[in-house]
Amino acid sequence: MAWQRIAPVAAVAAIGAGLLFHLGGGVKAAEIREIDIDNYTFSPGDLTVPPGTTVTWINHDETPHTVVAAGDPHAFRSGGLDTDDKFSFTFTKAGVYQYLCTVHPYMTGKVVVK
Amino acid sequence: MSNHDSMNRRGVLGCMAWAGAGLLWTMSGGVPRSLLLSEAAAATSGLSFVQISDTHIGFNKPANPDTAATMNAAVTRIAALSPKPAFLIHTGDITHLSKPEEFDTAAEIIKGAGSEVHYVPGEHDWLDQGQGFRQRHGQGTKGDGWYSFDSSGVHFIALVNVVNFKAGSLTSLGADQIAWLKDDVSGLSASTPIVVFTHIPLWAVYPAWGWATADSAEALASLKRFGSVTVLNGHIHQVLQKVEGNVTFHTAMSTAYPQPAPGAAPSPGPLKVPADKLRAMLGIRQVTYLEGQQPQALVDTPLSA
Repeated sequence: MAWQRIAPVAAVAAIGAGLLFHLGGGVKAAEIREIDIDNYTFSPGDLTVPPGTTVTWINHDETPHTVVAAGDPHAFRSGGLDTDDKFSFTFTKAGVYQYLCTVHPYMTGKVVVK
Repeated sequence: MSNHDSMNRRGVLGCMAWAGAGLLWTMSGGVPRSLLLSEAAAATSGLSFVQISDTHIGFNKPANPDTAATMNAAVTRIAALSPKPAFLIHTGDITHLSKPEEFDTAAEIIKGAGSEVHYVPGEHDWLDQGQGFRQRHGQGTKGDGWYSFDSSGVHFIALVNVVNFKAGSLTSLGADQIAWLKDDVSGLSASTPIVVFTHIPLWAVYPAWGWATADSAEALASLKRFGSVTVLNGHIHQVLQKVEGNVTFHTAMSTAYPQPAPGAAPSPGPLKVPADKLRAMLGIRQVTYLEGQQPQALVDTPLSA
């Protein structure tokens, strides 16, 4: 029976943590951002972040994708990302970073750092 | 198979294949007569080879948890063919993630066919910028892995269209490869039958999904003067055919998993079908240049047949 008592407490704690995170978001959320890869689409496809932000791409598709900055040399380049694989890059310099999936080059996205 | 008067043993076998596979076409139906074998080629004793494609070793998602088993089933089928094919062509996506162990597994399985294999890479074989592929299959090739060879009077050209990717654009062969192609065929008689094989279609199957090659028209311009040009590719995991003048285009089945028909889904991701239906959507292709004035035949056979 003990778990039945504990469970509601845990739930309240979780809600509390969520609120804290949410409230804190205004200050700190810029440091880490996620871009989902779903159905051969980067989402959000257009992301603006301040310098110092680490962006993590997560592949939710059953097909492998890559995340490669356009231009030569590439500012960043992932290997093949299988399902649930992640790739992170920390943007230290301001600028506009176009990128694509080299396996499916019609999949494109943009990160604006300013 | 319209000419029943000339039904010989080979013809009967062809019909049997047709009955079993549900898919057979000859180059004669609705196609200019120039597509029939030239006299030069007719003088050969006939040539048969097999196309295998998109084996995706390493893929293990619900659409096919065991791609090694289905590739093995395809290879077992090839090994049983009579007459034995002169060779195999693998039109890419040998592996799913370009991992060394995936290349190794595929090589081990394909040995069972007992025939030489000519490869072109798919984009899944190039996730390591082609390192693993070139190490294993790049010997004697030009540029990023293109090459040509002759067999029984037919000129085979292997093109690579999974290397040059530009954002928001289709894949391309690139100027160097197109220049090489032009040079490669320059000394050939126009009656030489040509077979081009590559991974991504050289015709615009569905550009929105990248099922096309940006500079394919430039490449095909070098082949305009030839009477018979056959283009074989993989990539889209289903059989589609198109005739454009002297050129016939044929996409092939995968041995790993089917993909949706062009535009039939939000994305070209693996198509999940009931397990007992899967092998009906996977398969191999046998291409035969017959003797005499018979046309070339392509037979696509599903693994379930």
